[in-house]
Amino acid sequence: MNPSDYKLAIVGDKDSVTAFKALGLTCVAAESAEEAARALRDLSAPEKRFAIIYITEDLARLIPEETAAYREITVPALILIPSKSGSLGLGLELLTQSAERAAGVKLF
Amino acid sequence: MATAIKPTRMELNRLRARLKTATRGHKLLKDKRDELMRQFMLIVKENKELREKVEERLAGAMASLSAASAVMSPEMLEQSLLYPKRRVSVAVKYRNIMGVTVPEYDFHTEDGGDALPYGYAMTSGELDDAIVGLTRSFTDMLELARIEKTVQLLANEIEKTRRRVNALEYMMIPELQSSIRYIRMKLEENERGNITRLMKVKDAILAEAHGYDK
Repeated sequence: MNPSDYKLAIVGDKDSVTAFKALGLTCVAAESAEEAARALRDLSAPEKRFAIIYITEDLARLIPEETAAYREITVPALILIPSKSGSLGLGLELLTQSAERAAGVKLF
Repeated sequence: MATAIKPTRMELNRLRARLKTATRGHKLLKDKRDELMRQFMLIVKENKELREKVEERLAGAMASLSAASAVMSPEMLEQSLLYPKRRVSVAVKYRNIMGVTVPEYDFHTEDGGDALPYGYAMTSGELDDAIVGLTRSFTDMLELARIEKTVQLLANEIEKTRRRVNALEYMMIPELQSSIRYIRMKLEENERGNITRLMKVKDAILAEAHGYDK
C-alpha cells in the first residue's frame, strides 16, 4: 500500500457491516444516530485518509444534516447502501433529488 | 434602481461597459450550464441503473449472511471474519469536467491468495456465499461511489451556474439596460432644453438689435 493511498470504510449496524471486513474495508458498527454521526466525523478526518465511506440507509436516514454536508465535498465520498433489512429507496431518492435540482424538472 | 444614478455621459459609458461584460458573462455561463447539463445527463441514468444493480446484489449477499448467522453462532461468525486476508486501498485521482473537480478511484486489492479469510471446517456454506456475493458486487460498489460522487458534484455546480445565469438574465442585465435608457433620456432632455434656451436667447438678441416688437 502506497502512503498516498486512501482506505475505504463502512458504517452500519453490526450485522450488516461485519461481512465487509472480509473484503478489506474498515468496518465501524453504529446503532444510534449519535454513534453514526460520531463515526462519520472520525472517519472523515483528513489524516485518516478514507476516500469512500459507505453507510447503511437506516443510519443515513437518522442523520440527514450530517450526510447532506458530504454532498458538497470531493473526498471522502459518502455512499448509501442498503442494510441487511433491505433497501429503503433512500439512495435512489437522493439521486432523484440531485437530478431534479440540476435539471429543474423531474427526470425519472 | 434608477434613483441614485447621475445622468452624466461618464456614467453612461461606465454602465454601457458593464452591460457588455454582463452580457458576455451571461453567454459564457449559459454555455457552461448547457455543457454541464449534457455531461450530467450522460451519467445520471447510468448512476440510477448501477445503484439499482448494487442494491439488488447486496440484498442477495445480505440474505446469505442472515442465513449464515442463523446456522452459525454469533461468536463463531465474528471470529471467522476477524482477520481479513484481503486489503483494499485506493489511489484518488482527479478529473476536471468543466471546472468541476471529480474524483477517480484506482483500486488495488492485496489478496491473501483467497477471498475467504477462514478455514472451511467451522463455517457454513452460506457464509461463503455471502462473502463471494459481496466480493462480486464490490467492483460495482466502487464504480457506484465514483459515479454517484460525480453526479452529486455536477448537480451542485449546475445549480450554482443556473442561479448565476438567472441572476444575470433577470436582474442585472435588465437593470443596467433601464439605467442606460434613463440616462440617455435625461441627456436628450437636457439637450432639448439647451436648444430651446438658445432659440429664446437668439430671439431676445434679435429683438434688441433690430428693435423688433415681438
